[in-house]
Amino acid sequence: MGFPDPYNAFITQCEPEKKGEGRLSGYTIAIKDNISTRGIPTTCGSRILEGYIPPYNAFAVDRVLAEGAIIVGKTNMDEFGMGNTTENSAYGPTLNPVDTSRVPGGSSGGSGAAVAAGMVRLALGTDTGGSIRCPAAFCGIVGLKPTYGRVSRYGLIAYANSLEQIGPMARSVEDVALLLNVISAYDSRDSTAVPKPYDHAPDPNIQGVRIGLPEEFFGEGVDHRVAATVYRAVERLEEQGAETVPCSMPSMQYALSAYYTTCMSEASSNLGRYDGVRYGLADDFRKHWHQAFQEVRQKGFGKEVRRRVMLGTFALSSGYYGKYYLKAQTARENVRADFARLFTMVDLIAGPTMPTVAFRLGEKSDPLSSYLADILTVPANLAGVPAISVPCENVHGLPTGLQLIGRYYDEERVIDAAYAYEQTTKKGG
Amino acid sequence: MITRLDVQHIAELADIGIASEELDEFTHQFNEILDYFDLLDQVPEQECQRIPECNIWREDEIIPALSQEEITRNAPGTEGGFIRAPRVM
Repeated sequence: MGFPDPYNAFITQCEPEKKGEGRLSGYTIAIKDNISTRGIPTTCGSRILEGYIPPYNAFAVDRVLAEGAIIVGKTNMDEFGMGNTTENSAYGPTLNPVDTSRVPGGSSGGSGAAVAAGMVRLALGTDTGGSIRCPAAFCGIVGLKPTYGRVSRYGLIAYANSLEQIGPMARSVEDVALLLNVISAYDSRDSTAVPKPYDHAPDPNIQGVRIGLPEEFFGEGVDHRVAATVYRAVERLEEQGAETVPCSMPSMQYALSAYYTTCMSEASSNLGRYDGVRYGLADDFRKHWHQAFQEVRQKGFGKEVRRRVMLGTFALSSGYYGKYYLKAQTARENVRADFARLFTMVDLIAGPTMPTVAFRLGEKSDPLSSYLADILTVPANLAGVPAISVPCENVHGLPTGLQLIGRYYDEERVIDAAYAYEQTTKKGG
Repeated sequence: MITRLDVQHIAELADIGIASEELDEFTHQFNEILDYFDLLDQVPEQECQRIPECNIWREDEIIPALSQEEITRNAPGTEGGFIRAPRVM
């Protein structure tokens, strides 16, 4: 039954069913399993949502169906989006199609692998701290995190509301732009949605575009071979008429702590809804409330989720709120201010997407070392600005990603620059 | 420095069960992660930007919503159209 899935990219396979007719007619699409699909099980990669069948579609899902896309299945992910390897899934790890001894990245690793392996043309992922861009970089595809508010989060099962966005993944910049066109309409059911529909076909003309290169994106902790590859990609953009500007982002120093404190705090509140009462796993109703609640959450959540919910609870608890959560918000404000300052001087910021190539399976067993790998992707989420990862040269046969970050709602320029770079790689040079 | 007792207390606050054989692992990891978060101590004190809006009111409107049947369909236990829950008292 179903289709072969050698990389374990899918949690659920769907009966192909064509609903509408439009710009995505005949296109196959994979949907990350934290995005609600009516009548199709949606697990978030967690045991705690076993058996849950959403009674409604996410806004983005309604949009792709209305345009004629065919949903092939729901993709594997780190549980609730917490991870960058897809190993934190209750349904087993996804393998990287480029090298099956490596992870595909995460948390949208199933979507990344399905696209990279050619199992689908398009995929929807979600990006809270890099979860679209990281698998795009590790699997050698294109992935975009839109500006916060550009795509409705209605039907996205929440993990860290102030950071996360749904976004497109595909093998080409054109397909990513097309999928963004489809999903970026306004939706009143997400109170943070902003009516800024995206309607622009990629244009490779980047004459005079100014690109900032923050030293922090190429410094300590970044594999020098990855940094060198990205510098060469930026040179290609210069040959196309872009100007580069060396710059600095001092707020990067605190960005990772600010990010993890914020997302854990939000998770501790969001994941309170999993009580074994309204959906998912249940315990014995004769037990006392707290006992039943604690047991179902111990059984249903994996270790990383429990770790983050507990640390988030701690960061918000009396006596520690000022030391962790409030300070994190100040640090977040500094990241925003750094971007605002840089974007008065440059149009885009470029750097590697991930500091290394894809990890070996099992390599990131220590939580902190896994968190540290997110340093180059979290700034865009903290500020809410759009960012894309586009494949550049391989390092020892493994893909790397060029990350381009833009101003609020300036996906146009982000996509054009990614498209311009993609064109240079297609000319065989 | 977080102790095993602290971890037990946090787990209680978060309503997440924790096995005694997991305590050492969680305690060690919490300390490692929180040591890293201590970087935030160096962030200069500064007033956070506040959005100057508060209490925006509107009239209630009735809009189409899911039926009671659709809402209770995923509940592990129901009785007479209601959702069952563990004992509270």
